[in-house]
Amino acid sequence: MYSQGLNTAEPDSVPDGERAVRFQARIDAEEKIEPNDWMPEAYRRTLVRQISQHAHSEVVGMLPEGNWITRAPSLRRKAALLAKVQDEGGHGLYLYAAAETLGVSREELVDQLLAGKAKYSSIFNYPTLSWADIGAIGWLVDGAAIMNQIPLCRCSFGPYARAMIRVCKEESFHQRQGYEIMLTLCRGTAAQKAMAQDALDRWWWPCLMMFGPPDSQSLHSDTSMKWKIKRFSNDGLRQKFIDATVPQGHFIGLSFPDPELRQDPATGHWEHGPIDWDEFRRVVAGGGFTAQDRLEARRAAHAEGDWVRAAAAAHAAKRAARRNAA
Amino acid sequence: MSTPPTPLWEVFIRSRNGLAHRHVGSVHAADATLALHAARDVYTRRGEGLSIWVVPSAAITASDPAERDMLFEPTASKIYRHPTFYEVPDEVGHM
Repeated sequence: MYSQGLNTAEPDSVPDGERAVRFQARIDAEEKIEPNDWMPEAYRRTLVRQISQHAHSEVVGMLPEGNWITRAPSLRRKAALLAKVQDEGGHGLYLYAAAETLGVSREELVDQLLAGKAKYSSIFNYPTLSWADIGAIGWLVDGAAIMNQIPLCRCSFGPYARAMIRVCKEESFHQRQGYEIMLTLCRGTAAQKAMAQDALDRWWWPCLMMFGPPDSQSLHSDTSMKWKIKRFSNDGLRQKFIDATVPQGHFIGLSFPDPELRQDPATGHWEHGPIDWDEFRRVVAGGGFTAQDRLEARRAAHAEGDWVRAAAAAHAAKRAARRNAA
Repeated sequence: MSTPPTPLWEVFIRSRNGLAHRHVGSVHAADATLALHAARDVYTRRGEGLSIWVVPSAAITASDPAERDMLFEPTASKIYRHPTFYEVPDEVGHM
């Protein structure tokens, strides 16, 4: 569902000499780097952090939507939402697998998340208060994620790029089902339309923050660009998202909660008002009730699965022992 | 408490008959049966395949990327292994 500009590259300060020069030449030639290839330690660490944050976001991202599965307004909506949440789980698994090729274990990454030591996208620390929020998440959050993730399909690290290709193929249904929910609400009663407008009002700014801090404040972004982990700047992607999304909102009769939003007649771009970056930093850092709730839900799910993992391991050990005895 | 490790499996899927199984990713599972179940759930949610293989990742022996040149460069210099190396007059037509 997501990826976000809180990922910052490690400074490439340690000179790795000749090997580093050859490594950069391969990247410049658009060659993919594969797990067993030599790579600078900072490149490895940057990717482990970025891919694992991305994986955690997919997994935590199941929670706000999972909240509405039992209360979906029809069987059609319920089936779609179940499939979407299952996809998010799958995306998390593709991404954990990609991170593991860099020498970290799945269990380490999961334990970091459960211990509250790992970051995930700030967007999932907002609550889903009404059914319209499910529409807004699909349309806006997944829409923003697609903008972010399409360039990642060409990332220099092979396993990450391949995982992103699978993710992007599945993501399009997510956005369309969300927009359809908003469209249906907007064509419904006045109360339903008001519910859609309220969801847009609450999700719009957090979605713009998903692209990360403005380029002027983004640390080490140039290192990520140099390594072709990142291909477009945060502000560039944010602008693309706004330009694509504003007309979609106007089409269904919604207005955006930004009094300064206006289209520049010369460039055609939609210009937006200032973003509250203090709020962004607060939410990423895990401030607020929802962040605590998310982690508690993950911890409970992990603890409740404990006996299943133990039983599966015991069964496998027993079968292996029988095979060895035979 | 840290989570105990679960074995890693590589997943290969045949997308339709007539094609070879192709590597698509990996899953964690306690044994082969559970690995097949996990692979089905994770990698075939949209009709991606007709057949799945799972192989313990530890069972794979891989070539060393550092030996890439030694292993594969000699094939680049043997251009006489390619059909275009041989001259056939245009008049002869397609061969």
